Amino acid sequence: MIESHLPAYIALTFVLFSVVIPAFGLWRSELSQPLAVLGSGIAAGFSVYGFINYLNEGSIRYFFGGWEPPVGIEFVYDGLSGFFVLVINVVAFFVMIHSHNLQKVEFPGKEMPYYSLAMLMMLGFNGMILTGDLFNLYVFLEIASLSGYALIAIGEKQAPYAAFRYLIIGTAGGTLYLLGVGFMYTITGTLNIIDMAAMLPMLFESNATFAALILMIVGVGVKAALFPMHGWLPDSYTYAASTSTALIAPIGTKVAAYILFRIILWMFGIEITDAIAPLSYIVGVLACIGILYGSIMAIAQTEMKRMLAYSSISQIGYIIMGLSLANPWGFAGALLHVLNHAIMKACLFMISGQLRLKEGHSDISRFDDSYRIKYPWTMASFSIAAISMIGLPPLAGFFSKWYLALGTIDNSNWLFLAVVLVSSLLNAVYFFRVLEKVYMMNPEKGQKEPAEATRNEASASMLWPTGILAVSLIVIGFANAIIVGILLNIFPM
Amino acid sequence: MDLSLVPLLAILVSLVVVVPIMLSSARPNLREFWTILAAVIKFVLVLTLLPGAMRGESVQLHLVDLAPGIPLALNADPFGVYFAVIASGLWIFTSFYSIGYVRGAGEIKQTRYFASFAVCLSATIGIAFSANLITFLLFYEMLTVATYPLVIHNEKKEAIDAGRKYLAFTLTAGLLLVAASALVYHYTGTLDFTPGGILSDADLPHTAMLLLFILFLAAVGVKAGIMPIHGWLPAAMAAPTPVSALLHAVAVVKSGVFAITRVVGYVFGVDVMGDYGLNDILILLAGFTIIVASLIAFAQNNLKRRLAYSTVGHLSYIVLGVALLTPTGMTGGIMHIAAHATMKITLFFCAGAIYVNLHRTEISNLDGIAKVMPWTMAAFVIGSMGLAGIPPINGFFSKWTLALGSLEGDMIFPVIILVVSGILNVGYFFPIIYRAYFKPGKGLEKYGEASPLMVVPIMVTAVLSVLFGLFPNLFFGFYDLAVDISLSLFNSAAP
Amino acid sequence: MLDFFLGHYAYWFTIILLCIGVYGILFKKNLIKKTIGLAILQISVVLYFVSIASKWDATVPVLDPNIPVDQVANYLNPLPHTLMLTAIVVGVATLGVAFTLLLAIYNRYETLDEEELIEKLQ
Repeated sequence: MIESHLPAYIALTFVLFSVVIPAFGLWRSELSQPLAVLGSGIAAGFSVYGFINYLNEGSIRYFFGGWEPPVGIEFVYDGLSGFFVLVINVVAFFVMIHSHNLQKVEFPGKEMPYYSLAMLMMLGFNGMILTGDLFNLYVFLEIASLSGYALIAIGEKQAPYAAFRYLIIGTAGGTLYLLGVGFMYTITGTLNIIDMAAMLPMLFESNATFAALILMIVGVGVKAALFPMHGWLPDSYTYAASTSTALIAPIGTKVAAYILFRIILWMFGIEITDAIAPLSYIVGVLACIGILYGSIMAIAQTEMKRMLAYSSISQIGYIIMGLSLANPWGFAGALLHVLNHAIMKACLFMISGQLRLKEGHSDISRFDDSYRIKYPWTMASFSIAAISMIGLPPLAGFFSKWYLALGTIDNSNWLFLAVVLVSSLLNAVYFFRVLEKVYMMNPEKGQKEPAEATRNEASASMLWPTGILAVSLIVIGFANAIIVGILLNIFPM
Repeated sequence: MDLSLVPLLAILVSLVVVVPIMLSSARPNLREFWTILAAVIKFVLVLTLLPGAMRGESVQLHLVDLAPGIPLALNADPFGVYFAVIASGLWIFTSFYSIGYVRGAGEIKQTRYFASFAVCLSATIGIAFSANLITFLLFYEMLTVATYPLVIHNEKKEAIDAGRKYLAFTLTAGLLLVAASALVYHYTGTLDFTPGGILSDADLPHTAMLLLFILFLAAVGVKAGIMPIHGWLPAAMAAPTPVSALLHAVAVVKSGVFAITRVVGYVFGVDVMGDYGLNDILILLAGFTIIVASLIAFAQNNLKRRLAYSTVGHLSYIVLGVALLTPTGMTGGIMHIAAHATMKITLFFCAGAIYVNLHRTEISNLDGIAKVMPWTMAAFVIGSMGLAGIPPINGFFSKWTLALGSLEGDMIFPVIILVVSGILNVGYFFPIIYRAYFKPGKGLEKYGEASPLMVVPIMVTAVLSVLFGLFPNLFFGFYDLAVDISLSLFNSAAP
Repeated sequence: MLDFFLGHYAYWFTIILLCIGVYGILFKKNLIKKTIGLAILQISVVLYFVSIASKWDATVPVLDPNIPVDQVANYLNPLPHTLMLTAIVVGVATLGVAFTLLLAIYNRYETLDEEELIEKLQ
């Protein structure tokens, strides 16, 4: 019984809690965070259950109010959307737990609106993933974006300007997407993705669909921070509160990548996408430039959150590159990287929040080897996540690169293969630099003895989420054959 | 008796022991007890595999699928067991020696040292027992990461720079190995090491095969110290001496040459190597490395750096033996893995003892030290003469086999290289011995021999070198094992 | 040729608006003007949707007893209009958020000029 309504339940949970939190929060603001944990926990539970149900029973198409498309709006819970919903809700659950001690420092007095907005943003993201309707997707995109702008603005002094820049470019992107949807509607007379996919083969080599596709890719590319539309990302991630960054960085760009998957592989199909110009290859090249650009810029940063932000630009490039390969290995690699990167980045941004809470900064140039004694578990989690980012086996990060490499080879695309490899090395440069600072004396500053310090570890509400995410990277590494087996079945062609 | 879990246990024992080592960091004696215990257990476990290996049997264990169709699998075949016996056997001596060394030298962060050391050994045994390229890659990278804390151990600027250099070389190598493995998977659909080669049926065009080989060579050649990608090895001498001894003379670099043998014999296969002329590249590179490394060794005044370049040269003996593609040459190369291990570990142990005892690292300061450290220097003489190929030490035996192997393949060039390099070896080791024994020393009155914890391992490895030279089959039938391994590569390649 | 332009004049109007909007976003230094550019961009898309719904000789989609239901061609397509109602709401909300952010920026830096702002940020 519950299965048939599951897609709606996931979204409705967030609707409910975005209202419940203000209701209770006005009475007692310290209730906001536990309620947010509860809400995201319930949604995560539904997502896990839903994905297991998908594996056993197959996809669900849920028609709101029983109105079937093209009249009504439907939610589609298939392999792709189920996978994304699972990833983002589980990660959000951990981030919400982790924020317990950060809230009093980073946004004091604003707990209630903050968590309510976070729930709204999650509603937007889940809606974008689940909906089967292009215009509905636009509405959810704007819900997620608007609450995202607000969340980013709650941060450091520079945060509103960063949020404003994101708003301008993000809304412009959303509008271009909407224009693309308008084209598609004019051509096909439907907004339903499945209906449209059925009609598009008749429009092979149509200039209008091609233009619509470009508009949609550009519009969504802004949200995904696809090079060269990434300009908003570093500032936003750096100046936002750590919890916001930990929430938006692993999730936001992934959801945008999801739309690209849905549009290019499901709706248009790779043949129609490439019918007029090799669009997928162009997107892939842009992704490659983004990978290298993000990595190089990350090396140049001294502020940890900024470094991680540039690293995100680079990592989203992997995902979109895997998409552009449009073969099973590339697809599996990209989706596995969605999972891995969400976990790694959430873990790393949460750790940067822990350091900000404890040390008051997350400036790498001021890190020293006392951290190793003060925060042994935090730093252990950091090391695992960092090594996974670099892509050393048997951690999860290695395997997404392995499948991506197989994908590039299957397409005989040596340029992309070289980019995957070179970028791993660049990752190693900027992560080992941090590890060096934390685990070693600094002879350049004349340090002769290992630092003495007393343990000052973060609280359990922060250590457990980061620790569990870090350990899950090892587990995913060993279990990736199972995950990839599922992902290969999702591949549409 | 069911041995299928033994390879896994042999790998895990030194990984698990990291936990008690970390927990007993406040009690050094207990901590070192764990290390020794793990070393002994590991050695015994590996030895139980030896009788089977002598009969040419393999112990296979399939753990989990790392990727669809690519399992994390162990395969303790004769070659793997051979390498594992050497590495785990020498770990016991190194453990004792390390205790004497780190305490004598008052090193910082000793717990990290012993923990990393244990992980390194796990990785090395894992490399020995890997059944396919992915498993191999996993342990290869694990070795890289675990060695890094040892290279930077004293955390001085020089060490940190060396660590960066080490990572730059080895991580690049790891990535090339990823690419190479992915290509092999793409072409053949399998990654399992097979005697006779995976690629033997692939029928690739010549250029593709050549590029693939170069990719592999660059990937595993870094750890094997093939010139011109040997740069990390001399730099890594910044590490404490036991690290240089076990890792940079035995475990890490031997993993490199072990990997080259795996690539030549089990990925490409001797037929493919010969048909595509790939072995010529390998012979040329190895010959070049042997001569040039020996020449550079002359110019080094630092004892450990001289030994490092000597290592670079001797590793290429093994590569040369493999590249000859004759059964005898292969046997010689495999024998030299063991021979060089015992001799070079002796020499590094000596260098470490001299450093801890006298705080001297430069060769020009070694005048007259044989009078105060007679046992150490006697071992040094044995080790260095063995490397120069003087009978009856085991270095002679493996070189002799190598020379026979090249004659078997009607090749004169490798023989010339071996002879010239022997002379050069004498040339760069003799001045050290001359100084130690015949020049008068200064300021040595208050010193005596190094601590027994160091001297006993030195003597044992030196004696082992001689015994192996005299009776190659005395322990574990090593010679027969080496012959069987190389024959298995050639026989299976035959249709 | 001229017919092509005149026949599609509604679209040309939309395109011009769109270009003005993009110009405002990219080249205006004042943040308020940028926001206005954004609004114009959104409006241009709204107008595009509205214009694709128009038909000659058709009436509003309210059931007229004189026009039977099955003569769909005689009614306008209501869907784009309803979509645009939502889009306009979204646009208004966006403007609201934008102006809130601008207020926050002005309170902190006392300027809305981009160049001055970037100077003050450093």
